[in-house]
Amino acid sequence: MTANGINVAAALSVVAYIVLAPFVGGLLAGIDRRISARMQGRFGPPLLQPFYDVLKLLEKEPVTVNRGQDFYVACCLIFMMVTGALFFAGMSLLLVIFTLTTASVFLVVAAYSSNSPYAQVGAERELLQMMAYEPMVLIAAVGLYLVSGRSFGISDIIGSPAVGVVYLPGIFIGFLFILTIKLRKSPFDLSMSHHAHQELVKGLTTEFSGKTLAILEISHWYENVFLLGFVFLFFANGTPLMAVVGVAVCLIAYFLEVFIDNVNARMKWQFALNSSWIVALVFGATNMMVVYFASVSGWGVQ
Amino acid sequence: MPYITKSPWIIHYDGSSCNGCDIEVLACLTPMYDVERFGIINTGNPKHADIFLVTGSVNEQNISVIKQIYEQMPRPKVVVAVGICATSGGVFRECYNIMGGIDTVIPVDVYVPGCAARPEAIIDGVVKGLGVLAEKRGRLPAELAEEAAARRAAEREDDDPEAVMTFEVSEDAGDGKGGA
Ligand code: SF4
Repeated sequence: MTANGINVAAALSVVAYIVLAPFVGGLLAGIDRRISARMQGRFGPPLLQPFYDVLKLLEKEPVTVNRGQDFYVACCLIFMMVTGALFFAGMSLLLVIFTLTTASVFLVVAAYSSNSPYAQVGAERELLQMMAYEPMVLIAAVGLYLVSGRSFGISDIIGSPAVGVVYLPGIFIGFLFILTIKLRKSPFDLSMSHHAHQELVKGLTTEFSGKTLAILEISHWYENVFLLGFVFLFFANGTPLMAVVGVAVCLIAYFLEVFIDNVNARMKWQFALNSSWIVALVFGATNMMVVYFASVSGWGVQ
Repeated sequence: MPYITKSPWIIHYDGSSCNGCDIEVLACLTPMYDVERFGIINTGNPKHADIFLVTGSVNEQNISVIKQIYEQMPRPKVVVAVGICATSGGVFRECYNIMGGIDTVIPVDVYVPGCAARPEAIIDGVVKGLGVLAEKRGRLPAELAEEAAARRAAEREDDDPEAVMTFEVSEDAGDGKGGA
């Protein structure tokens, strides 16, 4: 493929992400609610319920605590879209991770800006969650860098003949572990949850209503699609077969998270922080070191 | 059909009651009745809610609570009074501290009688409330526009010519707020 061809493909996938991700994300959320209901012995809402919810929120009376709040939440959405766009354009994985962090920070600032005690506690818990998952996300990026011929470029990672998960099983397990935090599932849905929980668990969104809440929901749809894309990276090696396997694993991973969500009670934030760092250390760092020494000593990957 | 009828989120408050209706409301969430089938979610936050489900009657101490929850809910919103206590005060009506039903404090749209109201009746009441919600939703844009116009008119009235003059002068002096 020529350089020009790659650019066109990248542009197409970015446009596809921007346009389709909300639909895919919303549908995944609908499937999630349906499966959760079935696991609890209930019938559950219609598949399109998340879309009804967001459309409803858009038609509510606009009420905000301050003007800044809407701006911050809008920034959260925009940075989330940029994160996914950079990802699907095949740019640097590090850049993508830091853009994602920026989006999360905007969300925290939006919650802090309201001065409501519930929102503040929610924002603090969100920050703790970020501290919990960041190390593992970075280790995952470094791991993929090591096995893809020393490149952080996502198109290089996808194109490299090495299937990441073969060399990075520990890092993959660690990433699935923090995916529970990122997807806001029990036992780590500390600051916000997508189910009908209340009080502190909804803390982050306490002061958001109507359109603001709808925007936040849409940015989560974008985020979820991006996160599953990250899972996909562990399987991609540029062949169609592995692409199919990758998408299948993404769906299985999502189902697994829904299952974990339903069989777990919520834990304290201390547990979230300790366990995810321990997992990052035991599975992530060990795996990373093994791959690193293997590659410098000349056997294994490249 | 407005989307609000497909996704009515509920906030539940229990006033002066025997807790009978309170428990029946929670029973609606169980697998047996599963109100999530209708997109109904029990939120704990008035800012997310569309339907205010009140059980129990109003006493001197919870007036402000009920009013506050009601006022914090963004429009369109509907109030459903569940149980005879919420409807009229019920068995507590004669008590020294009881004001009566919920409609003594905030406007009620749907009354669900019963002591305790059965979950089927509560769900039925909420579904009745959806009709009211749809109607209110239809009126909302006009209401908002009217309010915005009224606000603008009030602002214009505040700006009598002299005040504008002093404001402009003080702005020249580098102090945007002080003069007016
Ligand atoms: S209506 Fe009856 S069951 Fe319901 S709260 Fe009043 S006394 Fe209790």
